[in-house]
Amino acid sequence: MRIVLYRLLAVVLPLALLEILCRNQIIKPLTLPAPSRIVLGLWAMIENGTFNAAIVKTLTNVALAFGLSVVVGIAAGAALHRARLLRTLLEPLFATYYAIPIYAFYPLFLIVFGLGDAPQVLIGFMLAVVSMIVSTLSGLDSLPPVLAKTPRVFQLGPVETIRRVTLPYAAPYLFTGVKLAIAYAFIGVIGAEFIMSSTGLGYEIRFAYDNLDNNVMYPLILLILLISVTVNMSLDRWDRALQARRGRV
Amino acid sequence: MDTPIPIHVSLRGVNRVYESKLGRTHALGPIDIDLRRGEFFAVVGPSGCGKSTLLDVIAALAPPSSGEVTFEGQPIGNTVPNGVGVVFQENASFPWLNVADNITFGLRRQPLDKAEIEKRLQYALQLMGLQDFAQAYPSQLSGGMRQRVCIARTLVMQPRLILLDEPFGALDQQTRLLMGDELLRIWRATGATVLLITHALDEAAMLADRVAVMSARPGRILEVIETGWPRERDSQIVSAPEFGQITARLWTLLRAQSMQALAPGSV
Ligand SMILES: Nc1ncnc2c1ncn2[C@@H]1O[C@H](COP(=O)(O)OP(=O)(O)O)[C@@H](O)[C@H]1O
Ligand SMILES: [Mg+2]
Repeated sequence: MRIVLYRLLAVVLPLALLEILCRNQIIKPLTLPAPSRIVLGLWAMIENGTFNAAIVKTLTNVALAFGLSVVVGIAAGAALHRARLLRTLLEPLFATYYAIPIYAFYPLFLIVFGLGDAPQVLIGFMLAVVSMIVSTLSGLDSLPPVLAKTPRVFQLGPVETIRRVTLPYAAPYLFTGVKLAIAYAFIGVIGAEFIMSSTGLGYEIRFAYDNLDNNVMYPLILLILLISVTVNMSLDRWDRALQARRGRV
Repeated sequence: MDTPIPIHVSLRGVNRVYESKLGRTHALGPIDIDLRRGEFFAVVGPSGCGKSTLLDVIAALAPPSSGEVTFEGQPIGNTVPNGVGVVFQENASFPWLNVADNITFGLRRQPLDKAEIEKRLQYALQLMGLQDFAQAYPSQLSGGMRQRVCIARTLVMQPRLILLDEPFGALDQQTRLLMGDELLRIWRATGATVLLITHALDEAAMLADRVAVMSARPGRILEVIETGWPRERDSQIVSAPEFGQITARLWTLLRAQSMQALAPGSV
């Protein structure tokens, strides 16, 4: 209970301070509108549905990038787990992957995939998929040999072995990958919209920024914050519930 | 005229060689043994002599490098034959399943109705003293209880051949004796053939009809000793004079082998 209170204070106190600073014009509205005004602005936006199309577009692209990265990541991870040589070749790439500024390739994607949603989805996917591959690999690596033998004793075929033993065993590892993949999908898609696209929340934020329209920009930033925090917190909760039940062996 | 003793498992000239980057390890063999249907057979040997390898080969979990294994008259291939149950040395319980689901893991894919599955589950829980833990997860259990979950998971399949690899290794001496009694009861009740691998001489001497003593690596059978115990028996036979004689004989055979296994450069 206490911890909840502290957490609440950690959010509320700085906000209250900001509110005071803004209202007394110590922070100019051109820099940052008062937090209360940002919240009200967001409320009005949602009520009027001004940015519904952008919200739907971004969330759809994030979902696409995320879904693709999970499916492809798990499949590629499982395949690499078997293909030793390929894995040895690729592992240094995975280790340094997040040091590569993927956005640098955005113009290339535009040329290859055109102006539609593909470049944004692709960037989100490329950021997310590697965390999914890496966590799939570490889940499969940690499967104790005796648990690999046990399904054979029960005469499970390869598909059933994956479904009833390998996947459930690796689930906590995959979950870590899933959490990272969602975060990366958001970063990738919104970042790409921000830079070059003409749709989605990232684009709208940038458009507002170019027009010095703080009353649109800040509520949109708040919206993105709220979405990603909510998604990650619910995943975290779910993860914890699963972990607590299973215990740490 | 004697009726011939029915043979359940037979190994002929079985060898197992591990090939790795570091070279070849001749782990096992040549081995020639016959397990009689319904007998309690124990294998003792120094650590690293190839006991687990022997079990893997009999269960068709690892192919012999040479030689042949037959189970119920059929040569085994590369899948575990029907009717064979295995309890491994290491904890093999599934951490994401509770005790009841662990135990019924194999049953749920058999063509059995719910009532039958439930009946077998309850029987196994009772037998293994796990009634109060059906809903618990393995992480909440002691090492010994996890091993009992694995034994129960094997028993409910009603195997005709049960292979156990040092199943009581993690238990204290008193619990070992009690689990030994449990195992004898199961063996009598199911009529299954039991192959128990152990490094504990007293365990082998007390439980088995016959005890095979293995040499240091590459593991071969040095001698097979008949204990001559009645079928109705329990851990109290440790006070019988024959028990001392059998253990002493086992130790004489094993002492030299264990020293060899300990010798430097034998890894
Ligand atoms: N997968 C493997 N690769 C190479 N050597 C192995 C492998 N498994 C076991 N060995 C070797 O084979 C020998 C017998 O092992 P094992 O059957 O586990 O012995 P035990 O169960 O009697 O302790 C040991 O020397 C061990 O190092
Ligand atoms: Mg062993």
